[in-house]
This record gives sequence, C-alpha cells and structure tokens, in this order.
Amino acid sequence: MDNITTYQITVAASTKNLAKVREFISEHATSEGFSPQTVADLCLAVDEAYTNIIKHAYKFDASKSVKIDLEFDDQKLSVRLRDKGESFNEDKYVMPDISEQIKNKRRGGMGIYLMKKLMDKVTYDTSGSENEIIMLKKRE
Amino acid sequence: MNTFKINHRTSSGYDVLDLYGELDAHTASQLEDSLKLLIDSQKSNIIVNCKDLDYIASAGLGVFMAYIEDVRSSGGDIKLTNMNDKVYNVFDLLGFPTLYDILDDESDAINKFLSEA
Repeated sequence: MDNITTYQITVAASTKNLAKVREFISEHATSEGFSPQTVADLCLAVDEAYTNIIKHAYKFDASKSVKIDLEFDDQKLSVRLRDKGESFNEDKYVMPDISEQIKNKRRGGMGIYLMKKLMDKVTYDTSGSENEIIMLKKRE
Repeated sequence: MNTFKINHRTSSGYDVLDLYGELDAHTASQLEDSLKLLIDSQKSNIIVNCKDLDYIASAGLGVFMAYIEDVRSSGGDIKLTNMNDKVYNVFDLLGFPTLYDILDDESDAINKFLSEA
C-alpha cells in the first residue's frame, strides 16, 4: 500500500504570491527528502505554471484564485494547479526561438519549455470551466 | 514577501547593476525600469552582477531578451557576471550562453568590453 501525503494551498492570482507559492513547494519537497537541485527545479516549474495562469488564464485579475495540490507517494511527487480562467491550447504551443525573439525584442513562451525540461511529465486538461495542469517528478 | 533589489554603480566607467534576491514575474519590472533608465540616458556598456541573485524565473530572462538588441544596436552590450550554479542552469536550459556573454566576474566583463572596443 502506497504511503500518500497531500498538501493544498489556495492563492489569489497575483504575482505578489509567487514567493509564497515557491516557499510552499520548497518546504514540503525538502521535508520529503528531495535534493536541493530538484527542489529548485520544482519551485521554478510551479512558478512558471502559476505565472502563466495569472497572465494568460486570468489576465492579471487578482480577485481570481488558483488551487495548488501537492501529493507525495513512494515513487514521485505530483503537483496540480487548477484555475477557472481562459484555457490553454497546448497544440498551438511552439517552442520559442530565443535568438529570433531577441532580434524582434520579444519575450515569452519560455515557461512551458522550462516546465517540460524540469519535470518528468506535464499534462494539461480542461473539464467544464476548470483547467488543470499536472506535473510529475519521480523520486531520485 | 518577495525580496529583490538593485544597486546601480559605476566601475572603470562601466555601469554595473548589482542584483539581490529573487527575480520573478513580480520583481522583473524593477530590473526593466533600471535597464530602461540606463538605455534612455545613452548608457550601453552594462554589467549585471548576479552574485547575490538567488533565483531567476523566465520573466527575469525575458527582461534581458527585450533590451539586449537596443543596447547592442548602439554599440554596447549587457554582460552578466558571478552567477551561482542554480541561476546559470536556468540560463543554460534556454540556450542563453550562446547569445549572451556570461562571465566569471566584473574584471572579466571589463576586459571583454575593452577587447571589443
């Protein structure tokens, strides 16, 4: 029987809360025995996912909220972020060409790339009015 | 709760921004304002000292992406120095080391500027 531990936090969709969200992830992942580098990777991946929700799903409307669930079992950590904003169409995502963006003084699109690089699995799903993103990281 | 600050100084005639703390989508606007201020006052040889930068998210990297072309087109550059491994790793994942000068310390950055002059 797997030993499962879960934690949850609900935060207003504001970049003001980014440090608080990273602290939530860091505290629990550290106490669950993840290495400092993996904890740093997890914090960054969740930061990017939460920032994308604030910017794109909620368009900086801080009256909206984001639910974050963190679940640890014997093999992995899974983190789920849920929102009720505009949904993200993963099929339309193209990895940004950084040197091309620099030439055009553009930025953005790097968060999803980082999340996929840093985590073992990233999935998006929308059901009804709710979007969720689930990211998995195996134990070392 | 976010702790981020920037100190501006000059060293051997170069403008240096010392970054402290965590650079994310909340604090990136502070870096943007500092860079804009330098660019608007025709400063284009800029060193960004990351010695006390503990964390960077893509919003922070985005600021460097948005302004590097302005600086380079006026004959200057933004050179980054003293990054810790965690911060360097994020730049590296996105392929920045081939597009930006990332150097060990301030004197390396100054020497690089001098060699390009």
